[in-house]
Amino acid sequence: MYEIVAREDFSDSTFLLEVHHPLLSKAAKPGQFVIVMSHADGERIPLTIADFSPDRGTITLVIQAVGKTTREMQQNNRVGSGLYALVGPMGVPSHIGDAGKVICVGGGLGVAPVYPQARAFKQRGAYVIGIVGFRNKDLIFWEDRFRAVSDELIICTDDGSAGIKGLVTDGIERAIQAHSDIDEVIAIGPPVMMKFAAEVTRPYQIKTLVSLNPIMVDGTGMCGGCRVSVGGEMRFCCVDGPDFDAHQVDFDELMSRLARFRKEERRALERWDRSDNCRLLQEDRDVSD
Amino acid sequence: MAKKTIRTIPQQRTPMAVQDPKQRVGNFNEVALGYSVEDALNEAERCLMCPKEPCVQGCPVGIDIPGFIQKICDQDFRGAYDVLAEATLLPAICGRVCPQEDQCEKVCVVAEHLEPVAIGRLERFVGDMAVAEGWANTPDIDPNGYRIAVVGAGPAGIACAADMAKAGCEVTIFEALHRPGGVLTYGIPEFRLPNQFVDAEFQKVLELGVKLEANTLVGRLFTIEQLRDEMGFHAVFIGTGAGYPAFMGIPGESLNGVLSANEFLTRCNLMRAGDFPTKDTPLGLGRKVAVIGAGNTAMDAMRVSLRMGADEVHCVYRRTKAESPARVEELHHAHEEGIVFQWLTAPVEILGDEHNQVRGLRCIRMELGEPDASGRRRPVAIPDSDFEFECDTVIYAIGTNANPIIGQTSKLKLNKWGYIQADTDQCTSLAGVFAGGDIVTGSATVIQAMGAGRCAARNIKAYLGINDTVDMDISDADRSRIFGIDARQKKFTRVRLPGQEHSAGPA
Repeated sequence: MYEIVAREDFSDSTFLLEVHHPLLSKAAKPGQFVIVMSHADGERIPLTIADFSPDRGTITLVIQAVGKTTREMQQNNRVGSGLYALVGPMGVPSHIGDAGKVICVGGGLGVAPVYPQARAFKQRGAYVIGIVGFRNKDLIFWEDRFRAVSDELIICTDDGSAGIKGLVTDGIERAIQAHSDIDEVIAIGPPVMMKFAAEVTRPYQIKTLVSLNPIMVDGTGMCGGCRVSVGGEMRFCCVDGPDFDAHQVDFDELMSRLARFRKEERRALERWDRSDNCRLLQEDRDVSD
Repeated sequence: MAKKTIRTIPQQRTPMAVQDPKQRVGNFNEVALGYSVEDALNEAERCLMCPKEPCVQGCPVGIDIPGFIQKICDQDFRGAYDVLAEATLLPAICGRVCPQEDQCEKVCVVAEHLEPVAIGRLERFVGDMAVAEGWANTPDIDPNGYRIAVVGAGPAGIACAADMAKAGCEVTIFEALHRPGGVLTYGIPEFRLPNQFVDAEFQKVLELGVKLEANTLVGRLFTIEQLRDEMGFHAVFIGTGAGYPAFMGIPGESLNGVLSANEFLTRCNLMRAGDFPTKDTPLGLGRKVAVIGAGNTAMDAMRVSLRMGADEVHCVYRRTKAESPARVEELHHAHEEGIVFQWLTAPVEILGDEHNQVRGLRCIRMELGEPDASGRRRPVAIPDSDFEFECDTVIYAIGTNANPIIGQTSKLKLNKWGYIQADTDQCTSLAGVFAGGDIVTGSATVIQAMGAGRCAARNIKAYLGINDTVDMDISDADRSRIFGIDARQKKFTRVRLPGQEHSAGPA
């Protein structure tokens, strides 16, 4: 059991868990991920490490409640409870090179996993341009953290309720126009966002990295479920990635593979929605309202 | 008692009851039901107790086979277990999954005239009885202060850990998954090896004082070098296996509905996808399944597919039944259950529909040409013989490659295929670090991995100077104070007598 020591709810669907695991907090590096099982009958899901603190002996995960497993976690994973399994850090750490000027892009939940990279670049003395995108003002989280490690921060919202009105791609375009000397772009978010981020930087031939999060079981190279096509070659995201050259990734294939269990996911979610658990969650919310 | 001869023993090998094929494809219960006491007594009578004992040499872990069979003949089943337990803690597992026909039974003297003694079935009989009765032989262990790290809780790691613990070391097994057993747990299906036996026999390893650290990815959480240099382990054994599935590189492998046998079996066996949605892991199996390959893993994947509700399951293999690497028994069971075998057939493309879902396979017919390096006749494509074949799930069971994590994270020397370089003593390029099983040899069998684990244990003891070899006549000693690790060779008999000096602990 891995104890949850802190939790923060950013919105109706997004929440943060800080989990006690001293060894993992020491070993984790930017760009790596963990596999979590919330209970013994649960599935193994990959989650990117959003932060790690060797001093506190914890790692931080930011989770969006979209399917059965994550909704159940949203309901059950309270401070003082624990995760049944937590294993990592997995994947090849991000290469934090000596780039002089970088753009770190986080779309929605992707703000969390790109944060350690932004911080690492800042610590190495790079000029960091942070670009974070959300649907609206209410969904914004970690603006302060991001601001602390960015030399410039561009906030983008779909509806213009905060920052500039537009997508992160608009933010990237704006940053590139303002700076002719961008060495590297790191973009993390939903696959479709990463796909279009790659298209923005491609004409400028700016090195662009994305962090992929395909379906996987073990996360150690054993199942091969996480295979992705990069430059026409099959790679296993769990051991060859999760960072890949955005200009080489076949995003359409990735999105299609992410929909592999759509039918089963819907079935699990409907069953969850009908269950007592969910009603309890609803009542819980009504009370707190 | 008159000496048994080939003429006086029961001529027919005692058959083992099996679940009816029609019935069993609808459940995950065990297929082979095991021997009754009468069956076991009858079969045990077939052993000639020959002085040559070629079977013992044929066993990778050196079980005293005539010894335990004699105890069965004497109806001393507990005694039979004691003999087995000297060499193996896992008789219920090995009795089921060892390829005995290529090992002990292959060299059985009876086999020169009749069918060999069913050694594996007898081993299973005793192992099952031990689990049912809760028999355990916990040896008298003297701690020697040495700490051993074992990486991987599969067959190689378990065997090595058990021997090191018996020798008095403090052993910790690190396992990346949330449950121990390695391929025994995630790979081999319930109907061939029920997990209760894996759990029961692994429990015996824990009873030796071995600690299990699950959810621990060695290499990334800490490195092999850290285990040895910073974490206070005097020696490290790596038995991480070769579970890194191979694909063919043909078009269509990224389509939904294409998966490795590893993924398929892990979802079903470890994660219990059959119980979805009660359990959370989905499987997404179609109605018509094609499994590429014809080894034991392929047989497992096909037979699990049937049990998970597939209407039709095809085996696509580029050679013939004669070249198939699967055990004869597995092929037979698969055939009985209605698997359709497409021998001399090689896939060249996986076909998809507009939703990127598999809709079929394009295959080509093969014929056998000259023998290749493996001695098997090389399959050669017949020109213009390609054809399309409808299916909605394609499972790859064409073998595995070396897992790259240890290589990525340590300075260990690897060979050109990425497997860890180890010599015949299982020593790697790093002092104090040993490796064995599939991560050294490439895909092999459970018992070969166990043999490698035991071999490594011997060499770790030599490396650390643990001297638990005592030259003595064990019949003279108080047996309750002795336990044998490899009693046949009288090598690892550790004796504790008052005032006796033990091998020195760590400096």
